[in-house]
Amino acid sequence: MAVLLQQLINGLFIGSVYGLFAVGYTLVFGVLDILNLAHAAIFTLGALTALWLTTAGALSIWIAFPLATLVSGALGLVLDRVAFAPLRRRADSNLSGLISSIAMAIIFESAALGIFGARTVRFPEGIFINRVWRFGSVTVTSLQVEIVLTALALMLALTAFVRHTRAGRAIRAVAESERTARLLGINVDGVIALTFFISSALGGVAGILYGLYFDALAPDMGRSIELKGLAVIVLGGMGSIPGAILGGIAFGLSEVFTVALTGTSNLRDAVAFSVLFAILVLKPSGLLGRGRAREA
Amino acid sequence: MEYLAQFYAVYGSLINFIGINAILALSLYVTLSAGQLSLGNAAFAGIGAYASGILTMNFNVPYPISVAAGAGLSAITALVIGMPVLRMRGIFLAMATLAFGEVVRIAAVNMDITGGAQGLVGIPCKTTTYIIYGVLAATTYFLAVLRGSKIGWSLAGIREDETAAMVMGINTSYYKTLAFVLGAFIAGIAGALYAHLNFIVTPGEFGFSAAVQLLVYNIVGGTQSVYGPILGAFILTALPEALRGAGVTAGSLRLGVNGVILLLVIIYLPNGLIFYLSKKYLSKKAGRSGGTVQSEV
Repeated sequence: MAVLLQQLINGLFIGSVYGLFAVGYTLVFGVLDILNLAHAAIFTLGALTALWLTTAGALSIWIAFPLATLVSGALGLVLDRVAFAPLRRRADSNLSGLISSIAMAIIFESAALGIFGARTVRFPEGIFINRVWRFGSVTVTSLQVEIVLTALALMLALTAFVRHTRAGRAIRAVAESERTARLLGINVDGVIALTFFISSALGGVAGILYGLYFDALAPDMGRSIELKGLAVIVLGGMGSIPGAILGGIAFGLSEVFTVALTGTSNLRDAVAFSVLFAILVLKPSGLLGRGRAREA
Repeated sequence: MEYLAQFYAVYGSLINFIGINAILALSLYVTLSAGQLSLGNAAFAGIGAYASGILTMNFNVPYPISVAAGAGLSAITALVIGMPVLRMRGIFLAMATLAFGEVVRIAAVNMDITGGAQGLVGIPCKTTTYIIYGVLAATTYFLAVLRGSKIGWSLAGIREDETAAMVMGINTSYYKTLAFVLGAFIAGIAGALYAHLNFIVTPGEFGFSAAVQLLVYNIVGGTQSVYGPILGAFILTALPEALRGAGVTAGSLRLGVNGVILLLVIIYLPNGLIFYLSKKYLSKKAGRSGGTVQSEV
């Protein structure tokens, strides 16, 4: 029972990071119908920027964190301007957008390599106090709690923002129909830029949290989460924000429990992707999708 | 002749990889020509590579038969996978084939017969440059003929508008499955050739980035003609080497220049390079209709 509870906590924790990462993915997909494959590169750059600020900049993590988040968001704006805006009116924009996002991912990754080197690096010791709490045989660290709370708070804030604010309504209008939104006088390009800023900032936060927890940062750290993020947004329903959160946690739990049940980590991803495959075949709109999978 | 031999000695492996990548690009071209975006073709190549490598190494099967068997297994897998998966469209098909590819990769890591994460080592090197380019030529010819046939037109009809094609009496699921299986077969051949060229195959080579790379070859080269994907594979495989020749040696910078070139092509040459190469030729003809815009996949 204690083991089960421990796994539940671990799964919840890693799942909330996946969820945070996937929310950024799904936001861009929901608005533009484009898979932004540079999202993982921004995840990496966010983490590396935070690291750089704490080491070379000698800043406290409490200042480095928001600064790196802003940098990630700014990278999202660059991404939108350079890779997506020129393609916007093209008939094949979702496929060409996919390719140009790959190009940007390559450019970002080479920048990360050039600036930070190929080594795996760590955060300096003692930049935050990590308490360990034990409840019987269940262990929880304060870092885990902070990560889960940050992730959940940001996801809730985003949901509220999209539901209730004027800018959020504009985002939803553009997602529904770019053309109609333009006719209604919405600044569509501004809304898309805002979407990229939020999406990338969240991707950067996910990277920082991931980096803080595993404490091993490298220019290719985004690779493993890239596919998981895709799996999560399919699981939750493409374009659905609550779906991405739920999907992320479900994915995290499935990983952790596969490892716990089989005793090895070899099959961890196999189970997750088999589930993904099954969901696509049986219910392609995902857990909370809008049921338009077949025409999309 | 002397010079040619020297050139081959230096660039032989690059030439071979260009050929293999071109065949792989064509495998995705078939699927794309029916409007289906598959990210599973790298995995099909992996199935072909592993199956043929295992047959040659463990069962002493002759090279041509093991290549054919690898491709055959790939095609059969595609047939089984294709039935449920091809009901999906666009990005959902891409995701499903992506998930399939990951499962194949993880299976290769976890099985004993595939050599696990280290891969299958010690496959006899039997593939030659002549074989690769022979297969490439045969595949190109076959696909060019296919394009003008009833099957080719049906696939084009499905790509343009699947519902309309269905209404016209085209058996869309039959043709989609055909394109998917044919693509997997070609990918399987390429994988099997690769296995017998490279001495070793590892699971990572057939993952997500390989699948995306095939798509990049097609989009950069252009999918209006069978020569587009070949051109794309040629340029993008040779590009890192050409950049090195041009003096861009730092690894990260070379990667970055690669990315910038890809970005410039996709933004400024939206129909793929082949379209612009043939444009001059086309514009000499009178009454050419305006540039065709590549249809949405």
